[in-house]
Amino acid sequence: MKKEVVNEMKEQEYFINMGPQHPSTHGVLRLLLSLDGEIIKNVEPHLGYIHRSIEKMCERDSYKMIVHLTDRMDYLSCHMNNEAVCLSVEKAIELEVSDRVKVIRTIMSELTRLSSHQLWWGVMGMDLGAITSFLYGFRDREMITDIFEETCGARLTMNYNVPGGVMFDIPDNFQTKVKEFITHFRKKLPEYDDLLSNNIIFRSRTEGVGVLSKEDAISYGVTGPSGRASGFSCDIRKQNPYSAYDRVDFKEILYSTGDCFARYKSRIDEMWESMSIIEQLIDNIPEGSAREKTRAVIKLPKGEFYQKVETARGEFGVYIVSDGKKSPYRLKFRSPGFSTLNALNTMAKGSKIADLVAIMSTIDLVIPDIDR
Amino acid sequence: MKFDIYDFSVLTASIHESLGSMMGETAVIITEMVIVGIIFLTLFAVLGLILVYVERKIAAFFQQRLGPMRVGFWGTAQTLADVIKLLLKEPLITKNADKFLFNLAPFIIIIASFMAIAAIPFANGLHAFDIDIGIFYITAISSIGVVGVLLAGWASNNKYSLIGAMRSGAQIISYELSVGLSLLTIIVLTGSLQFSEIIESQREGWWLFRGHIPAFIAFIIFLIASTAETNRGPFDLAEAESELTAGFHTEYSGLKFAFFFLAEFMNMFIVAAIGATVFLGGWMPLHFGGLESFNSIMDFIPPIFWFFGKTAFIIFLMMWFKWTFPRLRIDQLLTLEWKYLLPINLINILIMAFFVLNGWYF
Amino acid sequence: MNNQELKAKIESFGIEITFPEEETQFLTLTVNPSKLHELAKQLKEDNDTSFDYMFCQAGIDWEEYFEVIYHLRSTTHGHEVVVRTQITDRESPTVDSVYNLWKTADFHEREIFDLLGIKFNTHPDLRRIFLDDDWEGFPLRKDYKDDINIVEL
Repeated sequence: MKKEVVNEMKEQEYFINMGPQHPSTHGVLRLLLSLDGEIIKNVEPHLGYIHRSIEKMCERDSYKMIVHLTDRMDYLSCHMNNEAVCLSVEKAIELEVSDRVKVIRTIMSELTRLSSHQLWWGVMGMDLGAITSFLYGFRDREMITDIFEETCGARLTMNYNVPGGVMFDIPDNFQTKVKEFITHFRKKLPEYDDLLSNNIIFRSRTEGVGVLSKEDAISYGVTGPSGRASGFSCDIRKQNPYSAYDRVDFKEILYSTGDCFARYKSRIDEMWESMSIIEQLIDNIPEGSAREKTRAVIKLPKGEFYQKVETARGEFGVYIVSDGKKSPYRLKFRSPGFSTLNALNTMAKGSKIADLVAIMSTIDLVIPDIDR
Repeated sequence: MKFDIYDFSVLTASIHESLGSMMGETAVIITEMVIVGIIFLTLFAVLGLILVYVERKIAAFFQQRLGPMRVGFWGTAQTLADVIKLLLKEPLITKNADKFLFNLAPFIIIIASFMAIAAIPFANGLHAFDIDIGIFYITAISSIGVVGVLLAGWASNNKYSLIGAMRSGAQIISYELSVGLSLLTIIVLTGSLQFSEIIESQREGWWLFRGHIPAFIAFIIFLIASTAETNRGPFDLAEAESELTAGFHTEYSGLKFAFFFLAEFMNMFIVAAIGATVFLGGWMPLHFGGLESFNSIMDFIPPIFWFFGKTAFIIFLMMWFKWTFPRLRIDQLLTLEWKYLLPINLINILIMAFFVLNGWYF
Repeated sequence: MNNQELKAKIESFGIEITFPEEETQFLTLTVNPSKLHELAKQLKEDNDTSFDYMFCQAGIDWEEYFEVIYHLRSTTHGHEVVVRTQITDRESPTVDSVYNLWKTADFHEREIFDLLGIKFNTHPDLRRIFLDDDWEGFPLRKDYKDDINIVEL
């Protein structure tokens, strides 16, 4: 073939679409891949398929209504998202919640973190081909959703935190059920290691794949277990403790390799830490009121308020600009998935298509969190 | 008291004679071929139905759920319902697809499976085609299946199907080597390629136990390689590339898709049957050389049950891998074959030959 | 460093900034858009401040002017600062991009452009991120009218 034609064929980019409907993108996300044979040259995410303009809605809704919108963003970390808005509102109106509320909120957040990681683990195995892990993850998660159903009335969008406390007090069998779950799960979590972590096929598909260096993690703002796997120490529960995190003892999980396997291990280790946090709190829930009285319509004073919490995916921030009325003037949600998706191109460049699936499952995106 | 294993060749000889008294020479052969063809077609269909149902139940067992329960008694009619559904679907052909090759591809795969199953011995004398180069014949025939896969990918006129077919083709061709070499390891012990002689030589005990270490290694390699040959289990990236493509059978629907689906299960049955015959003794009951009374007791169980039991055991192993392990990437798959399995296989054959020469086997 | 020392250090950069009178959650400072990139660069590169992590970048429409707000944090020292810049041009608001300092600005600035219409110079790929490419208008602006889709309470 003529040299010009050959060169032109080499320069032509080969596009493949991992379209919005897809088993491994965990939501509606369109990825436009440009390939060179099997190697990925560029990944371009196209967002907006589930953009519901939540931030614009928040400019019209009152603060108690905004709390309910936050569950729909990252639906796997409902309690933590709700907690962020409630904490910022309480800080702004200078309302002190009782110890009981703080402990209950922490226990519920850690249970949510556990259930989110269980779902992540199940889906990770399924993406890589070990379909059985999906059912194991969901089987264990059922116990937590049962506890939530009894306490909050719902399995997915909990709506449990309100400014001033929690909506209902915990039921009488809450402590026994949670303790039962912890004993059950402590025996089951090593099974997860047996099925995936120590499997040579799994390890060869995740080790050395999708490396994100520490500088890139900080520059892109990748927080949560993905960032901590690259060595970026960003656990909000340690840096700016809120609720009852200042009275429990737990480790911050850091790895330095930044590849898929490190991200995987950091989430598994976080599950162990979550269980130990719950165990420290579950026996001594202090007495007190579960909900402080607030006005029917809360008006924040003029000013700006920022609250960060640590969700299962990273740092979730609520930035409220208030001008004294019943709805905020501007409310911005800093979602962890948004920054992580930004870093996908850096992680996936140069790897093969099958590796992209492994990377996408380890960074654990929830697309409604990104699109808001 | 020695119990003689029933010899089916008595039955087949009597049928041959009764047919011979009714019609001429050529007519007898043709009638026999038709009878054998019908029996195998029925076997194909029934085995396919059973295997699909068993796979779903075993998957459910590993995943701690129940599996199909509603259609028929404990879900036994589920596969039948699925087959009827597939038959009722509209057979689509894409506009620029090569019609002749597109329609031909599933038939080639089915033909290859049929020719292979004809050579497998089901019981003493119940053996359709006892050719003296049995193992060689089967290895050669299963290579024809690759042609069907590649044709399907090419004729679909879809670049993603072509990629999937190429990958699948590369995988099958690479692993044929390992299958053949691991079978050869046992042929070194038996000294004959003919299936009936291989089974006869296991009268004193199955080769898996008598050949000890090299036979065991060969068995493991055979299991891995045959799972890869049939595009199953942790080697199913050609069809689970539903990240990008749906593999070489994307464009097929209705009955032709049912053929591909059926062919996959039949191939699994065939490789399990070959493994059972060569390593585990085929229809030969479990004998230990020298234990006469034990051997006689074992002979009470009809050989056809032994055969299906051993095949079922190997099929269970293959399904077990599929539902436990994650998938390999294409480059890891090919690396496994060329850099690990092939050298191990070659060394294993040498060791086995060395043992046979020195008589170090049971 | 605590807020007093930080304030002194930033003032010593020599760029014109103002501090608000009221009490704020973080140390806040306002800078002119033309000096924004210079200040940001100094904040990132100076060893005593070293703000290497931008955890939030937001845009606000104050009806007379726009404002872009940068929340910065230092991973080594642990202190935080908020940088604000006000853009008075309502017809075609522009400000410099900080992509070459903090790569997270890539998506954040695209979002601000998409929803508020503020353009960023030197951004590598400035286009809409959530809405369709041919969408007209910028929804988060206070004067955005859409009778069909927006439901007033």
